[in-house]
Amino acid sequence: MEYKTTLTTCTYCGCGCNFYLETLDGKLTNTIPCKTSPVNEGKLCIKGWNVHQFVQNDRRLKKPLLRKGGELVEVEWEEALAYTADRLKAVTAEKGGDAVGFLASAKVTNEENYLLQKFARAAIGTNNVDHCARL
Amino acid sequence: MIETIKQHVAGLLTEKKIAGFLGLIEKNGHVAPHLFKDGESLAGFTLGDRKTAGDARYPLNKTLVTLSRAYPEETFGVLVRGCDERGLYGLFRLNQLTEDRVIPVGFSCPAELSEACECRKPYPDSLVAGEKTESSQLKKVAEMDGKDLARRFDFWTAQFVKCVKCYGCRDVCPMCFCKECSLECEDLVAKGDLPVEVPVFHLTRAMHMADRCVDCGLCDEACPSDIPLRLLYKKTAQIMDTDYGFTSGLNKNERSPLSQMGPAK
Ligand code: SF4
Ligand code: SF4
Ligand code: SF4
Repeated sequence: MEYKTTLTTCTYCGCGCNFYLETLDGKLTNTIPCKTSPVNEGKLCIKGWNVHQFVQNDRRLKKPLLRKGGELVEVEWEEALAYTADRLKAVTAEKGGDAVGFLASAKVTNEENYLLQKFARAAIGTNNVDHCARL
Repeated sequence: MIETIKQHVAGLLTEKKIAGFLGLIEKNGHVAPHLFKDGESLAGFTLGDRKTAGDARYPLNKTLVTLSRAYPEETFGVLVRGCDERGLYGLFRLNQLTEDRVIPVGFSCPAELSEACECRKPYPDSLVAGEKTESSQLKKVAEMDGKDLARRFDFWTAQFVKCVKCYGCRDVCPMCFCKECSLECEDLVAKGDLPVEVPVFHLTRAMHMADRCVDCGLCDEACPSDIPLRLLYKKTAQIMDTDYGFTSGLNKNERSPLSQMGPAK
């Protein structure tokens, strides 16, 4: 019997609420908002309350998906990145940087977001940068 | 107080009376629910009082239900305040926990917490440490009852409309365990719609808690919109008490008038 509470930060948005992920014998059982966290003071939004549900869900995407012949199929990162790079090069060569856009994420670090916008502006040449947390 | 409790818990563990003790621990600078095992140090053991008494309370009974479902043959110890024990009595009554598989280790709340909670019984029967603190009066309910209907209606409408439908009040509640929740029944509560339908959402929950709520106040503390949920449920409980002489969890083995057939006694 192994019961654990792991203090962690919500992966959904930039607020960074703290909660405990409760596990029993290695299986996630619940999310409990941290009462002593200065960020959320024991409160969460509906996504935070249910965060434990996606981690071990069968339907969670664990590998990149590439559309092949109209079907989404799982591929390795190597293939997905190579494909993305090829298409980015081809599209921007033909139509310019503003033909593509970049969607950043509140679920990654500040530094990673910095890198993404830098890549968009400096390498590709577009200001088309947005993010999932435009709440 | 805490030393007495720790000694008592250590005894239960070494004598193998319990498979583990569900309590609170101070770690990473925070207070967390924790299952203490035999042989483990009780160094971080805490009662959940940080800046003020009872400001880091957690729904331990909820975790206890999860543990007991996974290990139905085991007996667990659990840290209880008055409200937690009321919760245990309620969960025994509602067949979510088995009484002889739970050993509550209780302590009383200080007078200021009793007053802040307007608590009817700020100490558990299974008192291991502390004195029986005096119960407090329902001042806020009386204050609200003093207003006329129109003002009360306006007050609650203004409160309910703030709801962001996080379901935190339900998710944190140690007395909420239904597999199918009425608040997710599409005929009552439209999925994905905001603001919630006033007052259906909140009154549905209040009705469902009428013979369950043990007035722990955890929902109120979890509500990001600061809706005074506890006040609402206190009023419901008051009606249950005056009209049926029933208060959830106050007495062990008491049956709910809402699940009895026939005329009221
Ligand atoms: S409701 Fe009563 S028992 Fe519970 S924390 Fe408040 S004073 Fe203590
Ligand atoms: S006070 Fe709130 S959290 Fe506590 S039992 Fe009642 S409804 Fe549940
Ligand atoms: S906790 Fe508050 S905001 Fe969340 S669903 Fe309950 S009443 Fe609404």
